[in-house]
This record gives sequence, structure tokens and C-alpha cells, in this order.
Amino acid sequence: MTASHKPVPKPTPETQPFWDGTAEGRLRIQRCRACARHYFYPRPACPHCGSDDVVWVTASGRATLYSYVISHRPAPGFEDDGPYAIAVVELEEGVRMMTNIVGVEITPQNLPLDMALRVVFERRGDVHVPLFEPAGGPVR
Amino acid sequence: MNIVIAGAAETDELGKLPHMSTAQLHLQAARNALADAGMTKDDIDGVATVGVPGPIQIAHALGVTPAWLDGTGVGGSSFLFHVRHAAAAIRAGLCTTVLVTHGESGRSRVGAPRPALGPDSLIGQFELPYGVLGPPTMFTLTALRYMKETGLTHEQLAEVAVAQRRWAHLNPRAMFQDLITVEDVLASRMVAYPFHLLECCLVTDGGGALIVTTEERARRSPVHLLGSGESAESPIISQMEDFTTSAAFRRSGEAAFAEAGISHDDVDHLMIYDAFAHVPVYGLEDLGFVKRGEAGPFIAEGHTSPGGRLPLNTNGGGLSYTHTGMYGMFAIQESVRQLRGEAAAQVPGAEISVVLGNGGMFASAATLVLSNHRP
Ligand SMILES: [Zn+2]
Repeated sequence: MTASHKPVPKPTPETQPFWDGTAEGRLRIQRCRACARHYFYPRPACPHCGSDDVVWVTASGRATLYSYVISHRPAPGFEDDGPYAIAVVELEEGVRMMTNIVGVEITPQNLPLDMALRVVFERRGDVHVPLFEPAGGPVR
Repeated sequence: MNIVIAGAAETDELGKLPHMSTAQLHLQAARNALADAGMTKDDIDGVATVGVPGPIQIAHALGVTPAWLDGTGVGGSSFLFHVRHAAAAIRAGLCTTVLVTHGESGRSRVGAPRPALGPDSLIGQFELPYGVLGPPTMFTLTALRYMKETGLTHEQLAEVAVAQRRWAHLNPRAMFQDLITVEDVLASRMVAYPFHLLECCLVTDGGGALIVTTEERARRSPVHLLGSGESAESPIISQMEDFTTSAAFRRSGEAAFAEAGISHDDVDHLMIYDAFAHVPVYGLEDLGFVKRGEAGPFIAEGHTSPGGRLPLNTNGGGLSYTHTGMYGMFAIQESVRQLRGEAAAQVPGAEISVVLGNGGMFASAATLVLSNHRP
């Protein structure tokens, strides 16, 4: 995908490993070794049990569609996209994140909740942003 | 010590007020509330406000010498937090009489810079890159999940807007007063599927203010604070624990009902912050007035409409009355009017009113239980 004028996130020290991962084509999240649970967004300690014995792991990239809206008013940088899906997906590891759904015509009929998705990455400036497409690949 | 709301008033006008700055809206509301309370600025020793220009400037502009200040800024529920915090401060002897003000040039943006959300913020890194455009594309994100899990239909969602317009129809100060149908709602412009324009709140200018003090200091028709609660959940909506229920709504409601010692059957009148049509659905369930999945049918059957057994958002709400961006002040104002018997669409014999405020996108919440009888 080509560069766009879409908003570009700016990493901070606690999120840098996440963005280093996306640049390598990997979706990295944190896992707590004390309670064995994953969490997102990046933080220095586990929000479930408070332990700081946490590690970065590479997620499978498999997810399901938890909820979404189809925006009919474009945000800056999204003018050429037509109505686009702002979604929250649930990773196989149990954490959720916001994303866009790509690789499928954006209609309610094409986007049943809980449909299987997989991560892809879009380069924006110096940062690679995780997006999700149908698990079988683009169906456009 | 009985804590009361001893004065309450809005700005002279609500709606489109390009001739007034945010500070002017605060100050006009403050003066109106003082007049309503039969007090002067010299009675005030505590000031609470959120956002621009903040409690120091408001106190200074009014000539108030504060012994206590609160700038708690947790979005549109901030004023409910301020009432709760003021009650605690008065009981602790930190001050005696608190002025809570709100003014927001939400529509005209006069003297009201938009908050800059940097690309290195939490939202800047993990939500703004996906083309969100404020609350209409964020607050709305939970609804499809709720609909799938509970069976809420598009028509039932539209019924929320229809029910509130019935109240607005009775309120000459409401910005939108014409009756609407489910068909009208579903035919209005799609903003962010599944939300149509008429399922989204207004954007207006306006303000309001309250005087919180002790029963002994009140000079007219005090409204008693029987109980309150506050809580918060995720600062960004994608990290809300469960898209079908608000933990902050639940926790703040439980605390307020427990402190007030009331049950749901005691409640005559209810205000639930309604930035979007699904929020009253969550509020009815999370406060415990109906069971999970029952709120949509409950509203569609008319129980919250004029003549219904649980009058809800009787000013017309953020969907039809006014919504400056931080609506909580106006929800409190309507409860006070109802309990004084002064509302445009008066609920006969209303004695206990509950107000649920929301801040951000299900980020913060506070609940007040108010009554025209002492505890
Ligand atoms: Zn843990």
C-alpha cells in the first residue's frame, strides 16, 4: 500500500516495542508471566495482577470482529476511502484493539460480527499500522 | 448534615450563541443560579468547573474569594462529580457554599480551543490512525455488539429518539420540538452505521450553574442530595471491558442507590446522559431499572415517554433539548426543575429523581439521587 495522509502514530518509550514489531510485520503484545494473561495497550505492568514480570510476545495475527461502525463522514486522510469500517477486533490471545477492516467491500452484509480476520500492515510515514482483512484473504 | 442544591439555572438562551464566549456562558449561568438561590457572590466560598476557562478565572471574574476549588475534568459527567465532591468538602468543613458552573461554546467555538490530541497520546497511537472523527464514530462503536448479544433492533434504537422527542415536543426551550417517527429516524442521514443523524446528539452553545450548600443555608426550595456515586473505566473506548455494559455506570449507580437507601420503585423521574441513542439503553440496564436486553422493548413500549411509568430525559435530552459537548449539567438542571414542580413537561408528584452522567465515551460516570424531601 502507498503512503497516505492518514494520521501517523508517534511511538513513546513504552509503546516502541509494539511499533518495532509492526515494522517487522509482527503484531507484538505483552504477556504477564505471573498470571499468564495477555494485555493491550502497552504498559509497564500487568493490569490484571499488577506484576511487572511481563514480556513481549508475537501474536498469531488471527482475530475475530468484535464490533464496528461504518463511517460515512471521512476523517482527514480518509477522503478517498468511501464509507469505511472502524472496528474493534478480538485477538486470539484475548485482547482487543481498534483497527480498520480492509480487503472487502464495506457493507453490513459483508461484516458479520465474529467473522474471522487476520492482520496485515499498512505503512504510514515511518510507522506500520496494523489493519485486518478477512481470514481467507481479500475478497474484493 | 443535609446537603442541598439551593440554586440552579441555565443561560438565558441555549442553542446557537455566537455572540457569547465560553467564559460569558459560565458567568451568565453563575449569576442566574445566584439569583435563583437568593444569594450573592459573597455567599460563595467554593468554586468547581471543568475545562476552559477553569475555576480560578470564574472565581476571579465573579469576585469570589475561594476557600476550596475543584477542577475535576472527566468529561460530560464532571458536574455530577463536582456536586459529589462539593458535598464531601462541605461536610468536611472545607467550605460552606459551592458554585458549580458550566459554559461551553460547543457549536460556535467562541473562546474555546479544541483539545489537541497528540499522535503520541494513547488515543493518538491506537485510535486516531483509524479515521475516527470524534464521538459519532467512537461512542457508537459498542452498539452492534450490544445488538447482536441482546437482540436490540434498529427500530428499537430509533425508538429512543422518538420517545425523547415526545418530551421535547412539550418543552419550548428544546432545540428540536417536532414529533418524529421511527421511519423518520431510519430515513435520516447515516452518520456511522448503525447510527442515523436523529440518533446522534445536538451540538449547541450554552451553560448552567448550581449552588450546593447545607439545608440550613438554603433560602428557597432546596433539592436534597440523598446519595451519589462515581467511577471510571477505560480512557479509550476500544479497551472497554465489555461492549454490552458500562462498568462505570453500574458502579456509580450502585453506590448512589446504596447511600440514598432507595430502591428502583422509589424513583419517580430519571435522567440518563444521552449523547447517542444507545446510551439510555445501557443506562436503564446498568442502573438496574430493567434486566439485560429489556431496555429496548421497555422504551419502545412507551414506559419512558410522557404518561409512562418511568419518565426519562424529560427535557428532550441531548438528542432533542441541547448538548454543548458536556451535557451532564443540563441533566441535573432538569431533575431540579422536576423536583421543584417547575419543569416544562412536569411529571406529577415527582419526589425522587436519579441523574446518570457520562464522561468521554463510557470513560467516566457519576450518579446522583435527588429529592424534594430531606433524607
Ligand atoms: Zn498478571
